[in-house]
Amino acid sequence: MNKAKIVSEDLNLYYGDFHALHGIDMTIRDREVTALIGPSGCGKSTFLRCLNRMNDIIPICRVDGTLMFEDTDIYAPTTDVVALRKRVGMVFQAPNPFPKSIFDNVAYAPKLHGLKDKTKLEEIVEKSLKQAALWDEVKDRLHKPALGLSGGQQQRLCIARALAIQPEVLLMDEPTSALDPISTLKIEELIRELKAQYTIVIVTHNMQQAARISDKTAFFLVGDLVEFDHTEVIFTTPKDQRTEDYITGRFG
Amino acid sequence: MSVRSDFHHALETLQQDLLRMGSYVEEAISLSTKALLDQDRQLASQVIANDDRIDRLQHDVEERCMKLIALQQPMAKDLRKISSAWRISLELERMADNACGVAKSVRRIAEQPYVKTLVNTPIMSSVCQQMVKMGLDAYLQEDIELAIKMSDLDNQVDALYKHIFNDLLQLMLKDPSVINQATQLIFIARYLERFGDHATNIAETVVYLVTGERKELNP
Repeated sequence: MNKAKIVSEDLNLYYGDFHALHGIDMTIRDREVTALIGPSGCGKSTFLRCLNRMNDIIPICRVDGTLMFEDTDIYAPTTDVVALRKRVGMVFQAPNPFPKSIFDNVAYAPKLHGLKDKTKLEEIVEKSLKQAALWDEVKDRLHKPALGLSGGQQQRLCIARALAIQPEVLLMDEPTSALDPISTLKIEELIRELKAQYTIVIVTHNMQQAARISDKTAFFLVGDLVEFDHTEVIFTTPKDQRTEDYITGRFG
Repeated sequence: MSVRSDFHHALETLQQDLLRMGSYVEEAISLSTKALLDQDRQLASQVIANDDRIDRLQHDVEERCMKLIALQQPMAKDLRKISSAWRISLELERMADNACGVAKSVRRIAEQPYVKTLVNTPIMSSVCQQMVKMGLDAYLQEDIELAIKMSDLDNQVDALYKHIFNDLLQLMLKDPSVINQATQLIFIARYLERFGDHATNIAETVVYLVTGERKELNP
């Protein structure tokens, strides 16, 4: 069994009076793909956004319980959020490249973190684009605008951008929901490859996608973590009737 | 409420077709036994002719199972429902073949007086018929206990087979002129014994359908 990377214990989250996550206990393991599934409003994206404190930007949001990223208490007041987000990268639902060149998109964060050496930057850009399986398609036009890429390419660019600062964990919030089926399969293939080096947590509305790419699956329902197990178990012999009902399209 | 009502309806239709197949199998085994006891070649031929509809139904069920897997991405118990339907349809098809086997042997020996009174064979057949009924009930009601009870009956079938085999062997040793007919009678008992094994497989499939676990009943 891979070592624990992120451990959530009795994690509660409130948006004002609304109790959005109810005492979530979950262990996310190193170099595994963990999929979060459940109907809209179940708390899966909220949970994902806790992992690099993206919920901080919502003023009425309050969190209690513990969320440990290895030895770092994610929600401790002393935790440096910028340093945390350097280790826990994120890819969003719709591809959102900066209105800059392909090169500058990937080089942006390393530069921001103080890297000035041009050769080093070039190395990072190439390595990141290769890891994101985009290099061959863009190597001859690195200085062209990123917005000229197709949707699927833009999303892989966003993945390359996230990889450029060499995070340990990659959070993905429905990364293929805006993409065509072939681009989706490319991203899925990429996720399987990235797993060798990164811990990946993905929110997806596509259950077949969760089944195809993840090692573990967590099923959320109205703020509860109903069931968390090996993906194979969740999709073949789930233990909770609510999980069974959800994945087979029956709602009680 | 189901948000996949067409899909779930298709699963129910599969179940109904299996029940139909099951009733054909029950009829086939009961008619072939009647043909044996009444020495009725015509009835035996009818059983053989009827086998086509079971084969067609099996192909149809198999085809639909494949389509559902390819097009609907079934999960969890839905997937087991499909694999179970597929498996049970194959077992039923084999059971119907065994009934045909009985009928074919009947056609070979129906015109001669029997070398002995048939006592155990009809008992074996009625236990087999009971097994089909119980198997389909267990499948329909997803009743594991009933499935296990059904598979226990296979012990009776096996014991009767041994008995019949030994009786006929004794007869053949005493009087080689009966070998031709006695061999066919042993075949018939053997077909029934295989029939019981396939029924036991149905019981195992029911356990798998309900629990997701493989369990060998009556090994």
